[in-house]
Amino acid sequence: MNFPVIKAVSYALAHTPDLVPYGSKPERELRKTPALCGRLAAHLRTFDQACAYPPHQVFIGRTPPEALWDRETPWWRHQDAMAERWGPYGEIMPEAEFYGLLRFSDEFDLVWLEPAFLATVRQRLRAHPLFRTEDLDRLGDGHALDRIRSKITDEGALPLRHRDRLVGCVRRGHDEDSFLTANILLENVACKATGMLAIRWLFEHHREEGIRPEIIDYVINAGEEAVGDRYQRGAGNLAKAMAERSGCVNSTGGDVKAFCCGPIHSLIIAAGLVHSGIFEHVLVVGGGALAKLGMKFRGHLKHDMPILEDVLASFAILVGPPDDRNPRIRLDAIGKHDVRYSGSAQSIARALIANPLDALGRRVTDIDRYAVELHNPEITEPAGSGNVPRHNYRTIASLGVMRGEWSRHAIAEFERWHGLPGFSPTQGHVASAVPYLGHARDAMRRGDLRTAMFIGKGSLFLGKMTHLSDGMSFILEAPNS
Amino acid sequence: MDLEDQGAIKATVEELGSDDIVVILGSPDPDAAEMYAETVTLGDPTYAGPLAGVSLRLPVYNIFEPEIKEQIPPEVYQEQVAMMEMVLPAEEICARVRAVREKAGVSS
Amino acid sequence: MKLAGKKVIVLGERDGVQGTALSQCVKAAGGEVVLTVDQCFV
Repeated sequence: MNFPVIKAVSYALAHTPDLVPYGSKPERELRKTPALCGRLAAHLRTFDQACAYPPHQVFIGRTPPEALWDRETPWWRHQDAMAERWGPYGEIMPEAEFYGLLRFSDEFDLVWLEPAFLATVRQRLRAHPLFRTEDLDRLGDGHALDRIRSKITDEGALPLRHRDRLVGCVRRGHDEDSFLTANILLENVACKATGMLAIRWLFEHHREEGIRPEIIDYVINAGEEAVGDRYQRGAGNLAKAMAERSGCVNSTGGDVKAFCCGPIHSLIIAAGLVHSGIFEHVLVVGGGALAKLGMKFRGHLKHDMPILEDVLASFAILVGPPDDRNPRIRLDAIGKHDVRYSGSAQSIARALIANPLDALGRRVTDIDRYAVELHNPEITEPAGSGNVPRHNYRTIASLGVMRGEWSRHAIAEFERWHGLPGFSPTQGHVASAVPYLGHARDAMRRGDLRTAMFIGKGSLFLGKMTHLSDGMSFILEAPNS
Repeated sequence: MDLEDQGAIKATVEELGSDDIVVILGSPDPDAAEMYAETVTLGDPTYAGPLAGVSLRLPVYNIFEPEIKEQIPPEVYQEQVAMMEMVLPAEEICARVRAVREKAGVSS
Repeated sequence: MKLAGKKVIVLGERDGVQGTALSQCVKAAGGEVVLTVDQCFV
């Protein structure tokens, strides 16, 4: 069958402990209770701790997700002794370099770094495989600390700190526009920078297969950040901004907004564009969500554990025309949650799982692996949100029971047979099934996996425009299967 | 519980009075269910939100609890809730919410 | 505790039972939903 294929996948993490206080939840709580600052700071991780955190090593592709099943918990205490910064899908970038990346992504002189710090950053980025001389030229010479201080004190700039030291600031974009404040611009530049990092890794790792920036026709940004100003809040097209700094000179793009379900919507639209012949190569990208840093820090403090929401995560996925080497997206069995469906668990399960299975005449057990929202349970459980992937697998198993395809007594075992452990940072759209796509693609190319279903869901009610739920799903199949 | 949501609950009770109000929960986790139940009976246990130190003493139930479930037409319950009852640790969630009601002396 | 005739505050959660599903149940039991709050922690 001639369906579009997943030609390449990449992921990146940026460890940004000093940006945790700028996450939405910490920012609001610290404003009300400044005394929390010290406790928060005392529970942040070092780069080495964040790098050796087993789920992060899975995210960048150094270990398979299944390796987490039998790993001793808590994972934050039992670190990966073989951990490395660089992985087959991308990297875990330390904070200082990330500040350089912010500066590099900045087109409007918003990010100011202090000269001595900038010199260190420049030196480290010079050794980075993705940055060339002309990229480093964009970093500029920096700004003296006293000027940075006066921007912070007098002009609404946001301090950038690194290891207890003021090293720079992010300036606001307008004196009166509440949608171009320094906080919002930092959120948007951080998303752009991390998305771009993932795109650059995708080209770096697949150059020998002829995957170069110039072949990209269209870029879809699936992220949730609202780029815009007072007259067009959320107007978007961060996709094009990311494409510009990634060398995708023959592309344009746009943003697809669908809360956490954005990536699945985007991949299906991308596959449709390729299948129709409108475009040959469509890149789907999702940048990191600064607003979600430290979202559950209260729960982590309560359990006296490190604040695990200290990384920005991103991905890039290339959808291309049919070939016999890469897994294909079954466009004849797309799951979608229609307006007429209710928001109950069984209604969502029917729409996203039963309908596509029925379209192909398959049983629940015919799908080797289900990729659901792969939120790391170690992050969500201390905050009382439970184990999100586990609940999803029990839901799928229950659907199997109702269809007579799984035993009622084996509901708890379904997750090991057909599921995955949650390993993604709780970065909203990023966690939405796609963290498994790289692993699935590799396993299918090796011949170790035949079929996988990718399921995303969105909490539309948060925007106060509808009480409806949302979700989409697709089935991925190994080449020659 | 989210601070804005605590504010919304407080405002609703202030507007309508607490006599006829009941709270129904759909929490996925026993700890969260217990915390929500405490928040609307004894007050916000984290002392962070508008309900800190405010004892609304509202009757609070999880949707899975037998006394609530039996009032819902079976076909509606089946369609809307039954699957999550299978998925979530329903018994423990119900026990924890019941314990909060008893602790708070809220009438059943 | 009868739901019929009561004013009901519904506290749903995306990864538990959602507000819309709880509301359907409450209405079917004769209660009046006066506030629906849905939580999402991811």
